[in-house]
Amino acid sequence: MLLTTLVPLQAVAFGLVALGAPLVVLTRDPLRQALVNGIYGVSLVCLFVVLEAPDPALSMLAVSGIGYPLVILAAVARVRGHERAKDDEKR
Amino acid sequence: MSYLPYAVAAWICLVGIAGIATSRNLIQLAICLTVTQSSSYVLLLSVGYVRHGKAPIFVGTKLGTTAVDPVVQALTLTDIVVSVAVIALILALALDAHRLSGTVDPDHIADISG
Amino acid sequence: MSRRVRLLLLGPALLGLGALLAWAIAGLPAFGDYRGPYGFVLNRLVVPLRHTTNVVMGVNFDVRGIDTMGEEFILYAAVVGVTLLLRDETRSRQAERRTQRFRNDTVRLVGIGMVGAGLLIGLWLIAFGYVTPGGGFQGGVVAAGAIVLLYLVGNHRDYRPFRNEHVLDPLEAVGTGGYVVVGLAALVSGTAFLTNLFGFGTPGLLRSGGSIPVLNWASAIAVTVAILLLFAEFLETYIVPLEPEDADS
Repeated sequence: MLLTTLVPLQAVAFGLVALGAPLVVLTRDPLRQALVNGIYGVSLVCLFVVLEAPDPALSMLAVSGIGYPLVILAAVARVRGHERAKDDEKR
Repeated sequence: MSYLPYAVAAWICLVGIAGIATSRNLIQLAICLTVTQSSSYVLLLSVGYVRHGKAPIFVGTKLGTTAVDPVVQALTLTDIVVSVAVIALILALALDAHRLSGTVDPDHIADISG
Repeated sequence: MSRRVRLLLLGPALLGLGALLAWAIAGLPAFGDYRGPYGFVLNRLVVPLRHTTNVVMGVNFDVRGIDTMGEEFILYAAVVGVTLLLRDETRSRQAERRTQRFRNDTVRLVGIGMVGAGLLIGLWLIAFGYVTPGGGFQGGVVAAGAIVLLYLVGNHRDYRPFRNEHVLDPLEAVGTGGYVVVGLAALVSGTAFLTNLFGFGTPGLLRSGGSIPVLNWASAIAVTVAILLLFAEFLETYIVPLEPEDADS
């Protein structure tokens, strides 16, 4: 099992993805985690392009840039809206 | 080192599961679930890779050049888009739990008596 | 189960899962050493048989068309689930008036340009999906994103047609059901479900692939409207202090 079976570009792409996943998990605030997840999605797009897969790369680009931030931010905004309304009721 | 891609996929899966188990916020749990799902995409595409293969699109390239496996790419691309709706469903459940119990902490939701 | 017990159980469980994954990986062929004949056969045969140059799209909508139908129904079921959980008809009328308009002019100008460009790119990705990389799923997400951008740069009144459930619900059904109808049309004409019926054109042009363009547009409509519906369900204008100009709207 020599290192020569992986082209350096592929090794770097896999390394970036392996580095990005713990970073996403370790972020605790959901709002910031949505942003880090977007960057992790871009690194996944680079990996898919290097693996000669343009269709999954387009899917991941659209979803990590548009799909996930849309639903996550909408959910976070709604939770905060409820909490603010509840605080206003208490006062 | 030729098994490094599969090891990366397994590592991402374990990291995602650890994140799900230790999360204190239901929305953060949903995002860790997306990380776990991405490990399956990495594994699928690594299994289908052919050495010196090109992308399976034949506009301009001659028919018969070595290309990577198209079936795993078809599975992956529909799966990525459908996962958005599944994560939205989980977030909707989190919103409902927050409305009924006042907290998004998975450890404290069960404490509220109905 | 308390949190501490759960965390104590997590360590051995992860180790066990890791060992199982390592054992599974050791049985795989090395990276790049693809052996299975199915991929090679498809790469040779799909373009002459179905006249689509994007083999992945040919696999998605023709060779494995039933799997894509299953995926579309997963999407549909998830959207129905979100609708059941979050749709509340009693409160939506009164809360709608009190939103804050986004004030920065530069952002609004750039955003308005991006709405048109994004919609065009999304439609191009959908239309040429079976010729070059792209397709109904990818282009659908991009087009839906461009439409949702309208919510950010415009007034809540500008976005109201795209929140209308009486339009979005039937459109979602048209997208998902259209796929099944094309398959049933093949059944009615005597061949198996989802057989490619219409005439194939020349590969590389828009008019190619038989029934693949129809299925492509059906799934594009289903995905776009699903994302619009998800956003409309999550949207709830919570109460912020009324601005004087918004009070007249």
